Amino acid sequence: MSKVLIIAEHTNGQLNVAATAKCVSCAVKMQPSAIEVLVLAVDASQVAAQAALIAGVTQVIAVSNSANAHALAAVFAPQVVQAAAGYTHVFGPSTTFGKDLMPRVAALLGVSQISDVMAVIDAHTFNRPIYAGNVVATVKAPAGQIVVATVRNASFQAAGAQASAAPIVVKTLDAALPTHTRFVGIVGGSSERPDLQTAAIVISGGRAMGSADNFKLIYDFADKLKAGVGASRAAVDAGYAPNDMQVGQTGKIISPGLYVAVGISGAIQHLTGIKDAGTIVAINKDAEAPIFEIADIGLVGDLFTIVPELMRAL
Amino acid sequence: MKILVGLKRVVDYTVRVQVKPDGSGVATDGVKMSINPFDEIALEEALRLRETGKATEVIVATIGPQAAMQQLDSGLAMGANRAIHVKTDRAVQPLTAARAFMKLIEQEKPDLVILGKQAIDDDANQTGQMIAALWDRPQATFASKIEVDGSSLHVTREVDAGLETLAIDLPAVVTVDLRLNTPRFIKLPDIMKAKAKPRAVLELDSLGVESGDQLSYVNYVAPPKRQKGAMVADVPALVAALKQKGLI
Ligand SMILES: Cc1cc2nc3c(=O)[nH]c(=O)nc-3n(C[C@H](O)[C@H](O)[C@H](O)COP(=O)(O)OP(=O)(O)OC[C@H]3O[C@@H](n4cnc5c(N)ncnc54)[C@H](O)[C@@H]3O)c2cc1C
Ligand SMILES: Nc1ncnc2c1ncn2[C@@H]1O[C@H](COP(=O)(O)O)[C@@H](O)[C@H]1O
Repeated sequence: MSKVLIIAEHTNGQLNVAATAKCVSCAVKMQPSAIEVLVLAVDASQVAAQAALIAGVTQVIAVSNSANAHALAAVFAPQVVQAAAGYTHVFGPSTTFGKDLMPRVAALLGVSQISDVMAVIDAHTFNRPIYAGNVVATVKAPAGQIVVATVRNASFQAAGAQASAAPIVVKTLDAALPTHTRFVGIVGGSSERPDLQTAAIVISGGRAMGSADNFKLIYDFADKLKAGVGASRAAVDAGYAPNDMQVGQTGKIISPGLYVAVGISGAIQHLTGIKDAGTIVAINKDAEAPIFEIADIGLVGDLFTIVPELMRAL
Repeated sequence: MKILVGLKRVVDYTVRVQVKPDGSGVATDGVKMSINPFDEIALEEALRLRETGKATEVIVATIGPQAAMQQLDSGLAMGANRAIHVKTDRAVQPLTAARAFMKLIEQEKPDLVILGKQAIDDDANQTGQMIAALWDRPQATFASKIEVDGSSLHVTREVDAGLETLAIDLPAVVTVDLRLNTPRFIKLPDIMKAKAKPRAVLELDSLGVESGDQLSYVNYVAPPKRQKGAMVADVPALVAALKQKGLI
């Protein structure tokens, strides 16, 4: 029977519930005997309590250590490796946190990593996207060794809450931790708007916005619908929107119920990020734009007249 | 400072690859091949560090088939000092690539290894982190800015929450994101000049690298296609369509 360890992502005492709950949903598909969550933090108790409430979690392991003030892969990895003894699987989310950490864990364990699990076939066989999502590969990990994987968030529904919290075990790990990597600071996070990765509606702007000033139209539109805001790479590169808004192969992979692409052509690298969206709406002045090939609802025209009109109509 | 840059030969990003009808792989015969776009950015950054006097030598390395020499040629034409080709006809997985890089690191003792954040064929996003683990050195992934500060680097990283800055001691591994720089174009005289630059060729099988190709890729399929939807004529029709779907 499988025993799964999921590495919790958290910031400022708050668990990234969606990312963790989606790893749990992925693990559940293997019908394992245990799904446990590892929390590495300065004081792990608060985050552990949140993790214990995710349906399917059987136990939470709370490791408090002042070295865990920031999620540094070089500091977390030796602890994960130590904690992983006795598990058949170690999962992390395919967020920048998990992508940074998990390969370091895998290499220390001497195993390959399966990146971006999108479906579970059995406990050692998984589907994952390659070539910017143009191909889905079925990958088999060898039996008899630990499986390290990252879970593609957009492919799984977040597990719900459970009525009675899973037990929390407090643990100390004595792995030697390096000091060669130090956190300096972080900037960003447009915080008042719904998080791009969990928002039910996302409005994205592309190069067509033309300036950071014009991009405000996207924010206003999004606020009207209580939506998250995304951007194409071209819009981010041009400085119209911050990098954390980029949607696509090298940005965020999202699965909102409604995605509205405004002035975005629909390059394959962008479409990779929105394939799992419920309904895709495209607004573009070029009737031949590739985005219309995959949009559920398309409207040809100038965004600078359509979007204000749409806002008045809603 | 000596910098080692990884250049992977991949299907060009403009090519829309097709799955072979029997699901045994991806059709790559006769398809345009290029340096992985992230790796060009990695090399560009290394060259800039050399041009600003912070680095002394830039070595490009690839693990790949005979034909991957083309990508090393391009790397030398861009300005790398020399190239190392670790030859193999197998498609190596990230753990094997990382272990092969470790052999080069033992030989060359670089102060900095710069790689792309992901290869756009396997989309693994692993090799740099694995090298850092095996080397027991710092990693700064998804870099959008690199500053040298004595014997350490300040690296700004593109993370989900914004831009994070780390200080890392050298030697270290950095993997680069798209916005770090815009790679230079190669000019004809550069290609001529590069012809004389040293190219070392090693066989992967003779390096004593334990294979990390543990995953078997058992099947390939094209992802389910999204259906093309309906076009609407104007804003009222769009609003009506959204209401009908219960989305607003
Ligand atoms: C390795 C790699 C990774 C990449 N990763 C990503 C990624 O993660 N995400 C991403 O988005 N891209 C990514 N890209 C870039 C991608 O290939 C495209 O260049 C990018 O998505 C284009 O952005 P865009 O659609 O905003 O711009 P464009 O392609 O320039 O499209 C602008 C569109 O706006 C329309 N338009 C112009 N004016 C108006 C108007 N007034 N009203 C209505 N419509 C108008 C035009 O018809 C056009 O279709 C990547 C590229 C590479 C090589
Ligand atoms: N076979 C290889 N040859 C040279 N560099 C490689 C190879 N495989 C991976 N890399 C480097 O590692 C990065 C990440 O690759 P991956 O982990 O496969 O997504 C690439 O952008 C390259 O810089």
